[in-house]
Amino acid sequence: MPTIKSLDDLKRIREEALKKQQLKETSGKTEVVVGMGTVGIAAGARETLKAILDMIESDNLSDIIVRQTGNIGLDSFEPIIQVILPGEDKVTYVKVTPDMIQNN
Amino acid sequence: MRELALHILDIAENSISANADKIRIVVEEDIPKDVLRIVIEDNGKGMDQATLEKVIDPFVTSRTTRKVGLGIPFFKSAAEACEGTFNIHSQVEVGTKVEASFKYSHIDRMPLGNIVETMLTLIIGSPEVNWLFEYQNGKERFIFDDEPIKQILGDIPLSDPMVLKFIRTTLEEGIRNVQKEYQTENLFVPTRVNL
Repeated sequence: MPTIKSLDDLKRIREEALKKQQLKETSGKTEVVVGMGTVGIAAGARETLKAILDMIESDNLSDIIVRQTGNIGLDSFEPIIQVILPGEDKVTYVKVTPDMIQNN
Repeated sequence: MRELALHILDIAENSISANADKIRIVVEEDIPKDVLRIVIEDNGKGMDQATLEKVIDPFVTSRTTRKVGLGIPFFKSAAEACEGTFNIHSQVEVGTKVEASFKYSHIDRMPLGNIVETMLTLIIGSPEVNWLFEYQNGKERFIFDDEPIKQILGDIPLSDPMVLKFIRTTLEEGIRNVQKEYQTENLFVPTRVNL
């Protein structure tokens, strides 16, 4: 019966992540919200979110929180992402393709 | 939608909107019987009989009462287009279960697609939900439960790069291990279909 990779690996990851957290000033985290309604998904929101996750992994960005939400209400502008920097107003980006993520 | 994995993502979004905190996704590939079966089950607020009839019919749902859009009719027609079946059961305050089966070898059956990316999107994007994922191919079954992972992590977010990688490889290896008996489609290459 194949089960999850070793949970000990995960404990090690947790300790490493905690160490990194302590090094940083508590400057808050950037939140990225991707619209995942039916329209968003059909327009490619999953691929956009994948590009964001890939970038977090490849550039080792540990202070970003990625969230998904339902239909935002601007169907013709999907895929839509909203970026909230700590202490700043929400910025909405429309028709976000994976290329746009990779090139920034 | 180009992949069944995208349909799964879409139906699971309905479960999140229904305030479910436990969602189970099952994918079973039964090659000898030529059946692909998908189940999405939640413990959300559920629907009464009248609402249930509305969500299946794409023409009845009106914008003001709209809770679920075209997602369910899309999924239903995808199943019925390839000699499959579609069922939805729901009970108020108990939850909803969506079940679809497809004739595996049917020419109109969509590829399963990138199920790992769908699960990652759900797990990372909605961390408040307990996600269960089961994948069966032949006699082997891979079961993934994100609860133990969250317990160990505590306040470390799931979108931490190392955690992301851990969850991704866990899912990929789990599926690969189960796929030994029957070589089916490659689930990790995104499907591109030119329409």
